[in-house]
Amino acid sequence: MTILIDEKTKIIVQGFTGKIGSFHADEMIKYGSNIVGGVTPGKGGQTHLGLPVFNTVKEAVKNTGASASVLFVPPTFAADSAMEAADAGIKTCVAITDGIPSHDMIKIKRYMRRYSKSEKMTLIGPNCAGVISPGKALLGIMPGHIYKEGNVGIIGRSGTLGYEAAQQLKDLGIGVSTSVGIGGDPINGSSFKDIIEIFEKDKNTEVILMIGEIGGPQEVAAGKFAKENMSKPVVAYIAGLTAPKGRVMGHAGAIVSAYGESAVEKVELLEECGVIISKNPSVMGETIRQVLNGKRN
Amino acid sequence: MDIHEYQAKKILSDFGVEIPRGGIAYSPENAENKAREIGGSKWVVKAQIHSGARGKAGGIIFCNSALEVAQATDKLLGKKLVTNQTGSEGKIVNRVYIEEATNIRKELYLGLVFDRSSECIMVVASTEGGMSVEEISQEKPESIIRSKIEAAVGMQKFQAREIAFGLGIKPELISRTADAIIGCYRAFSELDATMVEVNPLVISEQEQILALDCKMSFDNNALFRRNQISELRDKTQENVNEVYASDRGLNYVSLDGNIGNIINGAGLAMASMDMIKLAGGEPANFLDVGGGATPEKIVKAFKLILMDKKVKVILVNIFAGINRCDWVAEGIIQALQIIDINMPLVIRLAGTNVEKGNKILKESKINYIEATTLADAANKAVKALKDLTK
Repeated sequence: MTILIDEKTKIIVQGFTGKIGSFHADEMIKYGSNIVGGVTPGKGGQTHLGLPVFNTVKEAVKNTGASASVLFVPPTFAADSAMEAADAGIKTCVAITDGIPSHDMIKIKRYMRRYSKSEKMTLIGPNCAGVISPGKALLGIMPGHIYKEGNVGIIGRSGTLGYEAAQQLKDLGIGVSTSVGIGGDPINGSSFKDIIEIFEKDKNTEVILMIGEIGGPQEVAAGKFAKENMSKPVVAYIAGLTAPKGRVMGHAGAIVSAYGESAVEKVELLEECGVIISKNPSVMGETIRQVLNGKRN
Repeated sequence: MDIHEYQAKKILSDFGVEIPRGGIAYSPENAENKAREIGGSKWVVKAQIHSGARGKAGGIIFCNSALEVAQATDKLLGKKLVTNQTGSEGKIVNRVYIEEATNIRKELYLGLVFDRSSECIMVVASTEGGMSVEEISQEKPESIIRSKIEAAVGMQKFQAREIAFGLGIKPELISRTADAIIGCYRAFSELDATMVEVNPLVISEQEQILALDCKMSFDNNALFRRNQISELRDKTQENVNEVYASDRGLNYVSLDGNIGNIINGAGLAMASMDMIKLAGGEPANFLDVGGGATPEKIVKAFKLILMDKKVKVILVNIFAGINRCDWVAEGIIQALQIIDINMPLVIRLAGTNVEKGNKILKESKINYIEATTLADAANKAVKALKDLTK
C-alpha cells in the first residue's frame, strides 16, 4: 500500500502541452504512472503524447475518470487551475509551479472550504517536487530511479534534499512507501501534519522521515500531533542552522521571523515531542536505519 | 521586496490613512525648500534606508529651523547607517524625508502579517508603540491585541473597532482609528503585501490619528501584477552581490563566512551550509542555482561567488535528478575554462550518472578535490581552508 497515489490512479496533467508539462508528463508515463490525458484551455480535441487534450478539467474528468492531477501551469494562472481541479472533483492535485503569490494561496484554501471533507481535494505543493510511490506511480518531477520500494514514508519541503534522503536510504538498502514534497512556500496545500496523519494509517509505512526547514510552525505542529496521535516513529531533520534571521533562504517560506522558527528552536521543540532528530543531513538514512533496527525508539 | 518609509506612507495615504505633511529631498537646498513649503517651525529629517531602528543610529534628526534642516540633510546624505537590522556593512542614505514635527499624545503599535498557522491575515496592535514588536512581546505581552482577518471577506469595521477599543482609544476617536486600521488592511490585501507595520501610529495633541513611521514589504511572487510597487525597488539598499544574483535569476544570500557554496535546490543548499558549520567552517553564502544546474547557471554562479572577496574555498554540491552528473561535470569544466578561480575547489556530485560525472571530472585538467557524501564535502572544504592558513 502507498498513500495518495498508486499504479491505478488515473492522472491528468494541467498545462499538458507546454514545454515543462510535456517533458515531465513523458517522464511520468515512462515511470509507469497512469496518465490518461491533459488539460490546456483552447487546445481541447487535440492529441498530445498520444493522449487526449481537454479544454476544462471537468471535461477531462468526465471522459477519463481521472482522480488526480499534476499542475505545471505558470504562477499567474496556477491558483485558477488549482481551484478548477478542486471543483471538477479531482481528489489529489500536485502543484509543481513555483512563484504563486501568497494571497492567491490563501484564496485557493478559502475556496476549497466549500467542499465537505469527503469531497475535498488534497492539494500538495505548490513549489514542490510532487509525490512518488516507488515502483507504482510518480505524480511530480522526482527522478524515479533513486527511490527503492519500501516502508519509509518521506515528507519534505525541498526537492533535492528529499532526493538526497532517498539516495542515502537506497544506499543502505532501505526503500520508501511514498515520498511527498509539500513545497517551500509559506502557505501550502498540505502541511507536514496532514501528511503524517495519512502515513499513520498506511499499513506499509513503518517509519516517517520529515525533512523540514526554518520558517513557519508546521514542523512543530506535526511533532505535537505525532506525540498525541501516532504509533509510528517520526525522524526529522531541520535545515537552516546557519540561516540569519529575517532573510529568505531560497524558498519563499524559509524565513525566520518569530520564536520557534529557527532550526535550533524547531529541533528543541520536536525533541520535546519525542521526535527522533537526525543530527545532520548526512545521516538521515543512517538514523532511519537505526530506528528500523530497533536500536533507537 | 522592501520599500522606503516615504513610499509606504504615500501608499497608506492613498488608502485614507492620515500622515504628517512631508516631502522627499536629495540635497540640503532641496531639504531647506521642502521645510519652508511644509511650513511650521519644527521638522524631522529622516534618513531613508531599508531598516528600522534608525533613531538609535542617528538617522532621525529634529530641527527647529529650515537652516537646521539643511544641515541635518547634509550630515545624513551619503552616510552609511548601521542599525541592528542592517548588518555591519550598514545602508547608504541617498535621500531624506522632511516631515513636520508631530506633537504626540499617545504612541501605538499596528502591524499586519500573514499568520502561517491560521493562514489568515493577522493584525497585531499594542498600546506600547515605539518599541519593536519583539520588545513588546517580551516586556508587555499583555498589551498585545491580535485579530485574524478572513481574506475572502476582508476586514470588517467591527473588527477594527474592537482593536481600537482594545487600545483604550476614547469614543470620539474610535471611528477614525478604525478607518486607519482598515486603510492599512486594504493596502496589505490589495497590493500583495507581506508586512505592513505602522510603528508608531500616534494620536497627536490635535487628536489626529497619524502613521508616524511605516514599513512595508511585498510578495516577490506577486510583483508581476504590481508594476507600481516594482518601480519602488531601491537597489542601493540591497547587497551588491545579491542584486547581481537576482538580476541573473540566481537565489543568493550573502553571509559572513569564507566558504563559498554553489548548490542546486534551496533545501540542499541550507543542508550543505549546516554541514559546513558542523565541520567547523562558516559559509560565505547561500546560493541555489536551481534544479537544472545548467552550464550557463554554473558559470554565473562561479562569477558571483568570486565577487565576494571573503571567499577562500569553493564548495560545489549538485544532486542531479532529472539532470545528469555527466552534464553537470561538463558544465563545471566549461565554466572553469572561462573563469580562473585560483582557490581550492571541492566538488561533490550525487544522483543520476554519478560515476560517469566523477570520471569526467577526474580525466579533465581541472584542479579540484573530489568528495562523496555531504559530510565528506563539508569536511574537505573546511580542511582545505585550514591548509591555506597553515
